[in-house]
Amino acid sequence: MTQAFRIGNGGLVNRDKKLSFKFNGKTYFGYEGDTLASALLANGVHLVGRSFKYHRPRGFFGAGVDEPYAIVQLYRNGETEPNIKATEQELFEGLEAKSVNCWPSVNFDIGAINNFLKIFLPAGFYYKTFMWPKSFWYRLYEPFIRKAAGLGVASTKHDNERYEHKYEYCDLLIAGSGPSGLSSAYAAAKNGARVILAEDKPRFGGSLLTSDVNIGNQSGKDWADGIIAELKTMPNVVVKNRSQIFGYYDHNMLVMSEKVSDHLPKTKKYHPNKRLWYIRAKEVLISSGSIERPIVFGNNDTPGVMLSSAAKEYLKVYGVLVGKNPLIFTNNDSGYETAIEFKKHGVDPIVLDSRKHSTSEIIDEAKNLGINIKNSYVVVAAQGYKKVKSAEIASISDDKKQLGKIESINCDCICVSGFWTPTIHLASQSGNKTEFKEEIDAFIPGQSKQNETTLGAANGVFSLEETLKTSFATGSELSKKITENDNEIAIPNVVEKKSSQHDKFWCVPLPKGKNYKRFLDFQNDVAVSDVEIALREGYRSIEHVKRYTTLGMATDQGKTSNLNGLQLVSEIENKVVPAVGHTTFRPPYTPVSIGAIVGREVGKHSKPTRKSPMHLWHKKNNAVFVDAGVWLRPRYYKKGNETLFEASKREAKNVRNNVGVCDVTTLGKIDVKGPDAAELLNRVYTNAWLKLPVGKARYGVMLREDGIVMDDGTTTRISENHYHMTTTTAQAANVLSHLEYYLQLVWPELDVNVVSTTEQWAGAAIAGPKSRDLLQKLFPNSDVSNDGLPFMGYMEGNLFGIKAKIFRISFSGELAYEVNVESDHGNFMWEKIIEVGKEFNIQPYGTEALSTLRIEMGHVAGSELDGRTIPYDNALEGLVSKKKDFIGKRSLQRSAFTAENRQRIVGVVPLDKQTSIPEGSHLVKDDKAPLPNPKLGHISASCWSVEYDNPFSLAILKDGKNMIGQKLFAMSPLKNKVIPVEIVSSHYVDPKGERVRS
Amino acid sequence: MLYINCPHCGMRSQNEFSYGGDASVKRPELNKEVSDQEWDDFVYNRKSLRGKHLELWQHISGCRQWIKVERDTATHEIFRTFKADEEVA
Ligand SMILES: [Zn+2]
Repeated sequence: MTQAFRIGNGGLVNRDKKLSFKFNGKTYFGYEGDTLASALLANGVHLVGRSFKYHRPRGFFGAGVDEPYAIVQLYRNGETEPNIKATEQELFEGLEAKSVNCWPSVNFDIGAINNFLKIFLPAGFYYKTFMWPKSFWYRLYEPFIRKAAGLGVASTKHDNERYEHKYEYCDLLIAGSGPSGLSSAYAAAKNGARVILAEDKPRFGGSLLTSDVNIGNQSGKDWADGIIAELKTMPNVVVKNRSQIFGYYDHNMLVMSEKVSDHLPKTKKYHPNKRLWYIRAKEVLISSGSIERPIVFGNNDTPGVMLSSAAKEYLKVYGVLVGKNPLIFTNNDSGYETAIEFKKHGVDPIVLDSRKHSTSEIIDEAKNLGINIKNSYVVVAAQGYKKVKSAEIASISDDKKQLGKIESINCDCICVSGFWTPTIHLASQSGNKTEFKEEIDAFIPGQSKQNETTLGAANGVFSLEETLKTSFATGSELSKKITENDNEIAIPNVVEKKSSQHDKFWCVPLPKGKNYKRFLDFQNDVAVSDVEIALREGYRSIEHVKRYTTLGMATDQGKTSNLNGLQLVSEIENKVVPAVGHTTFRPPYTPVSIGAIVGREVGKHSKPTRKSPMHLWHKKNNAVFVDAGVWLRPRYYKKGNETLFEASKREAKNVRNNVGVCDVTTLGKIDVKGPDAAELLNRVYTNAWLKLPVGKARYGVMLREDGIVMDDGTTTRISENHYHMTTTTAQAANVLSHLEYYLQLVWPELDVNVVSTTEQWAGAAIAGPKSRDLLQKLFPNSDVSNDGLPFMGYMEGNLFGIKAKIFRISFSGELAYEVNVESDHGNFMWEKIIEVGKEFNIQPYGTEALSTLRIEMGHVAGSELDGRTIPYDNALEGLVSKKKDFIGKRSLQRSAFTAENRQRIVGVVPLDKQTSIPEGSHLVKDDKAPLPNPKLGHISASCWSVEYDNPFSLAILKDGKNMIGQKLFAMSPLKNKVIPVEIVSSHYVDPKGERVRS
Repeated sequence: MLYINCPHCGMRSQNEFSYGGDASVKRPELNKEVSDQEWDDFVYNRKSLRGKHLELWQHISGCRQWIKVERDTATHEIFRTFKADEEVA
């Protein structure tokens, strides 16, 4: 294919590097430096998609971020990405893109029938039609809408690209590298301020790339290149292209999405696809420029109708003609600039100017070039279906209400300019109360709320000379306040052509007998008639009109439609535009990849993974791991073809019969030190702590102030003023914060220090009838007899030269010990235990066996301490002191907590002694009762009792105390199970607790 | 994301802190007789102010100190911050 619409030379693309790409399966060529849009236009392709509601053919309207329709599905490297603006996507070798919103193809689209049925699709159509009956929604309406509409398809595959987050701080953050951005950045940089200059496009310079101006005896573009080159050499400056600042948040934090690899066929190894910057700036300068406004006329969505500034940009930046027979429709001088560019490249445009008279340097130049200009003329409607073929034009009366005789005129594109709308999105996001500026018919930023200043066209200032003057001054002043440097900078001499006053005209009236669609919002297909209906139906607030018609609610957030929508409402309502007010601008300014927002926090990286020092040993010995909070813990150690059930039964049995060892490193550990340590524990735990002797451990329960159990664990008095506290794995961080809260805020008079030591100690639980024999061999010089180290005793020992802490505590209900060594020696300890334990038939056991052992002993854990239970519910009321006060004690007097039939922990055994009860099952009296069947309690934990070889569960049951011996049903609708059960004691094994003391 | 001046560490981003609720709440003294109403006010009842609010934050990924922050709940403006033991005038 030839690039028939590429001019012979000119533009900023690299003509030495030809790139091939595919659009809708067809191969085309473009150049390095093209966007997908400019490359398609170079090939004369104007039809890129179908509109959202009516499936009308759509082309290109803009040349950048403001583009409402040219949205494509991109394919790269076997991956696909939806919602890509062709005007922003840079061309790369092998790029593949397809149209969206059309089925079966862009040229023949079934949904386009909506266009002929459009009488049925006015504003509020979806609200009115797809409401009743409700069941139709899922079966009929939604599938229909989903098939017919949508803006592309999200990939269902794992995204293999890498995305990064970065935090940055700076003195001045400058959004936009046009004339105001460059000059303020330069002035601030020269004062030594730390500056970040962000540009969303690949090229720096903004309007200077396309405007015919002269700064300091250079072209605007050369001046911009010079400034950027100098800024890049300065160590206090970061300049970033392809970087969109899309959100302005609290306390001057802004978020920027940098496209790192977007312009490449494939992301470089170790490079991210996109990088999200969180930037905290002392001052923000918004130099985001302005967006050209359309003038509304009939069929103004026909491919080939586009903004006049876009046509100029395609020509000056990409060397592409958007048409060879252009019609330019303008209410201001900008249209003339485009016309002049066409003329310079040998193309004869016709200019329709809605103004009766206008004179300026620009218009004079156009006249001198012999351009055909028709004043008081407008485009009534574009003609052509998939591409503009001609235009209906007419003269217009001075009051802009009457059209003259309609004439037809041949043209292949219509370039429209309705003056300029400052890009106030960022300022508005920061909380700035914007104000309406009559002279430009648009809103500009008003009083700043945060440290933000808006400059240049974004502030409604369209004179280059004035923009440079204020921007240099602002950059200099703001940086001076921060760095206290004051380097004077000479403001360069500016040559620009003066323009004349624009015309407030924005919408062409319909000719008699014609019912052309005049679109306001091109992406959401909202026409003038839709807003009229909304107002007729009683919607008044602009926020309501927006939601009812969906005006400005598409992914372009109404960049080209907002103001015309407001103009319309103000005209019909007979109010001035500022009284109508604009809808709220919210981040993001442009769509942001979900991948970029998520960053590196994907899959296993969404949280850190913590591993014990014995992790590698577990791995080598066939451990199957389970997530326990952020920790990885062995769930069971697989032998041969064992299932989880078989392995955990074997491991648990071996603890009951011989001896087992379990990695308990993950338990939270907190060092509590100081003269008032005992007093703190006495206030934090429900039981008494003042008389615990040195060398003894005690089990404790702590409550929240509302009386609910927060955590449990053993705490050991290591020395007079030093306690070693343990917490559950899950609550470790919360317990530390809880202690710090009371020490710092409530009882600062207590002389105590707390610090987490979880990572300092590796722990092994040695449990089973043979554990003492094993311990004696591990510590031959210590007296670990029942007298030397009684239940709940503590001693230090020497483990083959390593200092160890030995606690005689038990979670499994067997005779058991816990040995702690410093983490670095964890693996040594573990290997020694396994090696020496061989003669006692030691086996490691995982969390599944650990659960089995604790469940059949009736020991509570996280599934019972679930944030809803008090000590009584867990049969822990014996640990609640009546004598002293403690955190949460007063709440235990609440009537619900003292009720006679209060819920309480029980054991549950299926009557058939065969069927395991799913955790979460509800206990009910009558399995045939009508729904909702009253729930008496729930199964909190289930296991296969290795002691009795049948299923056993724990449950929290209403009036549990008096329910022992009763027959109930455990129902699990999720697992479709109804199991007859008997309620038994929660202490299923060794109810007197003799084993731990043996 | 808020920018909070930790009185111990200086300006730090919100993601280093965790929120701790109304700082004006005073825990009843230990061993003191407390009415149901007083206790409920301490445990449950909060004003949930719109506007200036004195609240607790913990610099959990920093110095681990609990601090008091005077913040406008509507605008997020932070007026002052205090150490745990500092009297709020
Ligand atoms: Zn701090």
